[in-house]
Amino acid sequence: VCSGHCWSVCLSVAGCYINKMYYLMPDDSTNCFVYIFTFLNRQDLLKWNGWGYSDSKFIFNKKGQAEFTGKRYRLSGMVLPALREWFEKTFGASLEHKTPPRSALNTSDIPAPILNEDFLDDLKATKIPFSHEIEDRIFRAHGHCLHEIFALREGKFERVPDMVVWPSKYPNNKSILSFGVKYFIFTLTGGTSVSSALECPPDEKRSIVSLDTSQMNRILWIDEKNLTAHVEAGIIGQDLERLLNVSGYCTGHEPDSMEFSTLGGWVATRASGMKKNIYGNIEDLVVHIRMVTPRGVIEKSCQGPRMSTGPDVHHFIMGSEGTLGVVTEVTIKIRPVPEYQKYGSVEVAKQRCAPASIRLMDNAQFQFGHALKPQVASIFTSFLDGLKKFYITKFKGFDPNQLCVATLLFEGDREKVLQHEKQVYDIAAKFGGLAAGEDNGQRGYMLTFVIAYLRDLGMDFYVIGESFETSVPWDRVLDLCRNVKERIVRECKERGVQFPPLSTCRVTQTYDAGACVYFYFAFNYRGIADPIHVYEQIESAAREEILANGGSLSHHHGVGKLRKRWLQEAISDVGIGMLKSVKQYVDPNNIFGNRNLL
Amino acid sequence: MASENAYSPQDPTLKKRDDFEDVLEERRNSSDVKYAFRCYTPVLYNGIPPCKASLLKHTVLKSDHVLFVIQQLSKESGESPEIIHEEAVEILDEMAQNLKLSVVRFFAFMLSKAFKTLFQRVRVNEEGIQRLQQAIQQYPVVLLPSHRSYIDFLMLSYVLYTYDLSLPVIAAGMDFLGMKIVGEMLRMSGAFFIRRSFGGDKLYWALFSEYVKTMLRKGYAPIEFFLEGTRSRTCKSLVPKLGLLNIVMEPFFKGEVFDVSLVPISISYERILEESLYAYELLGVPKPKESTSGLLKARKILSDDFGSIHVYFGHPVSLRSLAQGKISRSYCNLVPRHIPVKPPKDIFTFVNDIGYKMVRLQQENMVISPWVLVASILIQSLPQIDINHLTEQTVWLRNLAQSFGAFVDWPDHISVSKVVASSISLHHSIVKNTGGRVTLIEEKQDSSNLEHQLFKYAATVLMCASYRNQILHIFVRPALVAISVHSVGSSRKEEIFSYFSFLRDIFSHEFIFAPGHTVQDFEEGCYLLMKADAIQILKTDILLSERGHKIVSFFLAMFQPFLEGYQVICRYLSEEALEGVTENQYVSAVRKFAVKLLLSGAVKSCEVLSSDLQKNALAALLKLNICRKTKEMEQVVVKVNRTAVNSVEDTLGRKLTPLKTALARL
Repeated sequence: VCSGHCWSVCLSVAGCYINKMYYLMPDDSTNCFVYIFTFLNRQDLLKWNGWGYSDSKFIFNKKGQAEFTGKRYRLSGMVLPALREWFEKTFGASLEHKTPPRSALNTSDIPAPILNEDFLDDLKATKIPFSHEIEDRIFRAHGHCLHEIFALREGKFERVPDMVVWPSKYPNNKSILSFGVKYFIFTLTGGTSVSSALECPPDEKRSIVSLDTSQMNRILWIDEKNLTAHVEAGIIGQDLERLLNVSGYCTGHEPDSMEFSTLGGWVATRASGMKKNIYGNIEDLVVHIRMVTPRGVIEKSCQGPRMSTGPDVHHFIMGSEGTLGVVTEVTIKIRPVPEYQKYGSVEVAKQRCAPASIRLMDNAQFQFGHALKPQVASIFTSFLDGLKKFYITKFKGFDPNQLCVATLLFEGDREKVLQHEKQVYDIAAKFGGLAAGEDNGQRGYMLTFVIAYLRDLGMDFYVIGESFETSVPWDRVLDLCRNVKERIVRECKERGVQFPPLSTCRVTQTYDAGACVYFYFAFNYRGIADPIHVYEQIESAAREEILANGGSLSHHHGVGKLRKRWLQEAISDVGIGMLKSVKQYVDPNNIFGNRNLL
Repeated sequence: MASENAYSPQDPTLKKRDDFEDVLEERRNSSDVKYAFRCYTPVLYNGIPPCKASLLKHTVLKSDHVLFVIQQLSKESGESPEIIHEEAVEILDEMAQNLKLSVVRFFAFMLSKAFKTLFQRVRVNEEGIQRLQQAIQQYPVVLLPSHRSYIDFLMLSYVLYTYDLSLPVIAAGMDFLGMKIVGEMLRMSGAFFIRRSFGGDKLYWALFSEYVKTMLRKGYAPIEFFLEGTRSRTCKSLVPKLGLLNIVMEPFFKGEVFDVSLVPISISYERILEESLYAYELLGVPKPKESTSGLLKARKILSDDFGSIHVYFGHPVSLRSLAQGKISRSYCNLVPRHIPVKPPKDIFTFVNDIGYKMVRLQQENMVISPWVLVASILIQSLPQIDINHLTEQTVWLRNLAQSFGAFVDWPDHISVSKVVASSISLHHSIVKNTGGRVTLIEEKQDSSNLEHQLFKYAATVLMCASYRNQILHIFVRPALVAISVHSVGSSRKEEIFSYFSFLRDIFSHEFIFAPGHTVQDFEEGCYLLMKADAIQILKTDILLSERGHKIVSFFLAMFQPFLEGYQVICRYLSEEALEGVTENQYVSAVRKFAVKLLLSGAVKSCEVLSSDLQKNALAALLKLNICRKTKEMEQVVVKVNRTAVNSVEDTLGRKLTPLKTALARL
């Protein structure tokens, strides 16, 4: 669901030494893997079998009303009176039919670690913290694909990392380097991936080491003349933003998963943030990358803003999904924190003028958003709400079952924001749109942060779902949306899903030449023996539909292992060959053996 | 021999078909005026009411595709885009339909009157109507009726109006526009007009295809056209034309619509209005131009009885399901969709396969009247047959046809001899029963010109043949197997198969064979023969059984006119066309050659005079590269490979012509 961005960082190995690793590699079975993760005891703060913080979740309280717990979000502690009805109506679900997760992992289900004694000895000597506790390992064995969460709740993992290491903050990552010098390590990557990028290959006989970069999380310097910051790649999005804010800066990169995903992960998956219209996507933001690979360190020799030095080597790194090495440090562009921010929304609009962020939701999602309206305290507000509704539906003649809404975010200096806002509303008016206020706008964005929490709620009541995305030229957006949604509905019917699914989409990013479209798909699986299999078949049919309609394989989720089978068609045989030869040169022994992409 | 799907034998008699209701019955019992003015509220695609016809034209003219082509033509010719645009407006005005409910109501009234006098019954499968009604609401619908009479599209619109379904827009030939007022009225009842040939005209093609696609995308109305391209003068299905089929599939390939429902419709006539017209046309009497006065003359037809009509709406076929796993639609991804691209080969093959599939589906639900069976027996027994024998044989054939899955409309509770007698009297223009002897009608010969007499006789034979032809699709596969078993003179399966596939190739334009399905067709033929106890299939051999002899000789006689006709054409090509023959002269030259042989008695079957058979034979020979076309001095000339033609003739003639002819030629 949600997430947006898997972060896949990789530990690295100094490759020139790999040939000399005779003493460690009598055969393949002695090798190991490395995962990377962000904070040492991540699982203390986060759920082990669901999305986000342990203290934040949706529940149905004693009165049967939906409530969001915790204190972290605007919605926290609020009652959402409309959610239950929406939930029951949309999915045909019932609060009586529960599918609660198991309370704890069955430790016997977890395969015993494959450990390499030589490796352990050397690791001890470096004093890098490590662990092979079950909780640490299982926590890093998955991303947030539906089947992974389902496996946590009631299934089984065939293969999980054998140990976790936390390389810490030595200048220039000497520790990692030296670590790699002596041992070879395989990395998978961690966190919020929704492409099965973190799934351990079940047939991997070598020891799998998960490399957690959470300790590499410092801002090393800020250059106010050139407006750049040099940061260790393990830093989490929200920490990066908070630390920069202290100095009056921001990166402006805000993927939906920014609470949990890391800078290195953004680089490794070609991430995209919702405010990219002003700040750009990760490839526009990055000035310099250092990655450690089995062959050695790859980086550019200067911080020039652009260069013509053959194909840009950054593009081997961005999107490599942990198959080539570990991104350790990144120089990223920064901007002064905007003076003024304003949310807005337009109902029924068609536009081509870009605020900082714009999202166009279809009707199903508009209704979904309304289901998340918190209880209002005063009679006056509820009276006002009624009046608004009356105005829109009766006076303006909008049909609530056809309405769609664009949520907007404007950012910059006050004057510019207001000017921009006027421009957008003028365009909207021209197409029969109607400014629907800041409140609607903000709620639209809230949906992106809480959607993953909502999935956990659904999974308690037989409802499973996921999101997926694509990018597509403008002229095909409408056709693609309609066809994919309809394909989902049809496939559900054909595969025996008893209730109509939720099949909805929104445009989340706009470009000159096209847009990014985000789909939510969920259904009630009562009466189906193998819901995950059915789900996967339908998602795969939906992806085929996307490709047939001129959509891309992925806009920012990445390929991982989930979408591997379409990569050849997507980038041609020669393209695959190019990627393979890079991999072959950089990592001939497949130390970064997560098997993503290729 | 490689084929995608293996043939899985299915007992054709188990095929489930819907029941029929007579739509004229109510018309005979209640007011036609009331019927014409009743409340008409068809269900709509997506519930959206269709836009005005003028807005539709505007959308087409402003479409990216048309604008692009206009720009391109302007660049090529140096003409200003405005002038080309005006040309486009004219073309579109000439083409576009202009559906008016008032005219539809007028037609509803007139047709009620006309149909009631012409036909005994118009029977429609109501379950098919219900399926169609559902399909219309979901996806754009394409109606694909069979085409054997002008009545077809009038009838179809009439039936849809009766059942309160959206009226289709119909692709019609431009020749209708020649009929002054009627042409315009047809336009107002939903017909749009296409020129018969516009091969190189890019502007015309762009407007035409965009016009059809716009209606499809908007779900403006069901789109109706005839896959066969023209009325079948022989009452055999024609090989599908792919132009319009390509156009209606393109919006799906390009993702502009989620799916398209293709609805095969089989319209069967007990007696065809144009029967004698067709026969003369096939013999080379030029087709009278459609004119309003001609239509008025046709009024004398109104006093005659044309029996029953069956309209069978087949199951809507989802284009999406057909395409699933067969093609990749991604070829449309790299070019903006308004720019025409040539589809890759697999798309072409796919469209072609679907064309054949749809024609086969039309055939499947064709209703076979008792007369078709009578005519099939009669034409084998010319010049005359005893009525009792005819009746007996007809029953035998009925049982055989039914066991092969034919949809025979045999009346219950009426004695067999009565059924045969009433068939004969309905077809009094072809056949008569004088004192227990059934013969073809022979008009009094006023001239002693032998050739003239021959043509008169041949016309009656072709009329009779056009009814026999309606059952050939049931028999063609087992018959070709039976003929192969008989002709090969060996029981080896491989040899029989190879002769079968030779016949299938040679007759590829005569009968409908799905491309690439040789093995399935062979197996289907074998299965049906085995079911009829005609053959025994062993591991490597196929043996003719005792009971098989009758079936084999019946099939031989049934297909003899084709086998013989094709031999005559081969002889003509190898004897008289060695220097090549221009395409325009081909038909008349073959006819002359055949007349000579017929008069001399060397050839028996008059069907060789049918221009349809002659053209089909040539098309097959061209496809097999036995003939080829070249362009000489502005004329298309057919060149012949003599050895190859001779070998085709010999192979066709195995066992059929006396052995010594073959020897004599050596």
